[in-house]
Amino acid sequence: MEGDLAHIGAGLAAIGSGAAAIGVGNVAGNYLAGALRNPSAAASQTATLFIGIAFAEALGIFSFLVALLLMFAV
Amino acid sequence: MASEAHGAETGGLVFHPMDQFIVKPLFGGDTIEWYTITNVTLWMAIAVLAVIAMMVLGTSRRAMIPSRSQSVGELAYGFVYKMVEDVAGKDALKFFPYIMTLFMFIVFANFLGLIPMSFTTTSHFAVTVVLALLVFLTVTIVGFVKNGVGFLGLFWVSSAPLALRPILAVIELISYFVRPVSHSIRLAGNVMAGHAVIKVFAGFAAIAVVSPVSVVAITAMYGLEVLVAFIQAYVFTILTCVYLKDALHPSH
Repeated sequence: MEGDLAHIGAGLAAIGSGAAAIGVGNVAGNYLAGALRNPSAAASQTATLFIGIAFAEALGIFSFLVALLLMFAV
Repeated sequence: MASEAHGAETGGLVFHPMDQFIVKPLFGGDTIEWYTITNVTLWMAIAVLAVIAMMVLGTSRRAMIPSRSQSVGELAYGFVYKMVEDVAGKDALKFFPYIMTLFMFIVFANFLGLIPMSFTTTSHFAVTVVLALLVFLTVTIVGFVKNGVGFLGLFWVSSAPLALRPILAVIELISYFVRPVSHSIRLAGNVMAGHAVIKVFAGFAAIAVVSPVSVVAITAMYGLEVLVAFIQAYVFTILTCVYLKDALHPSH
């Protein structure tokens, strides 16, 4: 019974990756919108783009980690 | 719980997608001590040897017109050098050897892990946590050596209203200590998740009806993983540069 609940929890934790997808999409979409308005400034901001994506993605990876812990450690 | 399910399913998944991450001793024996040579040791050594081969042997005969290996080495050197200079500033360039080493090791470990039947060392938290903790310790020590007590100004946001500053200090302190956690888990989590997804699709390939779809999906995921392998190494390095910049210039 306890194991079944852990599996349900792992599935719920996977929702977090969808939320992270929204965040990463937001960052990339806004970068593209800005880059198309001012293409000459786009190249200098790619580092910022990747940092932003990394921060947004980190929290999705945390939820993946929670899912892994529930699957294998509980 | 997971091990009970091994090969128990009929038809579908005959291996577990996480089986590829099992650490095995290479020369027999069941117990793993700190000195045991495992597949992790092997693939890390291969990564280090590959970096040496490319950066030392590849550039040993320096020519005006570079050979292929020399131009790849120069490209990697210039890429990381420019990143350190742009993100962390000119005075961070004395840390360039360290950052270059980090980048080359992670990029090679990631790409070697993409070879079928190989072992991905960076998919293990034990590996990435050590890398991230070293960065964290370096950055903290450099910050205190360079700025003294002034390094604590990183947590005291002087541009915020006075009433807000203690609350911000707590948030900044938490975010500072979460850095090594997110820094390491981002790399290991991305790499591990990608490899596990490939193995899940590989499990579906055993079912005749969906196997063409699954083979196409494996190919697509593999292409994505090649991209991820590079981007995660890039992100790890660039975040190291960002943390280094914070240590060298702690004022907001």
